Amino acid sequence: MEDKHIHISLGFEPLSTEECRTLVQDPACGGQVVFAGAVRNHTGDRKVLYLDFESYVPMAKKVMQEICSQAIEKWPIRHAVCHHRLGKLEIGELAVVIAVSSPHRKASFEACEFIIDELKKEVPIWKKEVFEGGEEWVSARP
Amino acid sequence: MKVIAFGIAKEIIGQQYLNLEEQPSNVLELKKQLLARYPGFLELASLRIAVNEAYAEDDHLLNTTDEIVIIPPVSGG
Repeated sequence: MEDKHIHISLGFEPLSTEECRTLVQDPACGGQVVFAGAVRNHTGDRKVLYLDFESYVPMAKKVMQEICSQAIEKWPIRHAVCHHRLGKLEIGELAVVIAVSSPHRKASFEACEFIIDELKKEVPIWKKEVFEGGEEWVSARP
Repeated sequence: MKVIAFGIAKEIIGQQYLNLEEQPSNVLELKKQLLARYPGFLELASLRIAVNEAYAEDDHLLNTTDEIVIIPPVSGG
């Protein structure tokens, strides 16, 4: 359908779940799923002070777009939004918001999960966790 | 040939930009050069190379005009 749309954003401004939800509003869609990923205050038993995100931005945007396109091909969803934030994020702040809409809810739940899972595997974004007494690039080492 | 590094790759190399005197013919050659020069890469869970803003396979041929980026394990979200 020609009126499907994808919206990608990658920048330093705070994210808004409501903005993302509004972007997938569609009178034909009774289901809207919004996923928000927030900065957690611990990893294992270590206390996290803050996170610092960096990205290879032009490629990251392309990969985010590609993942959303795949989701629209795989599921009967109408709209997909993927916003990710960069820079220093405090505990509780949102690092990522994904919103999806479809006529019925099941497709949106599944597509939303697919998008966040793929983003974590494929998009060139890196987060450094800063602890009391140290820091670490997440997932860098096995 | 200039190579750009992000995340932990930047720390392993000690800077974001790397100039290769010996031009690798393909992605595999580049990875071998990097591993030989910076053993820290051996400790990573994975090492991918992007050429002109897309992931490139080992047999992908490299040109001097390409934008080559070292992609250590990603951790968005």
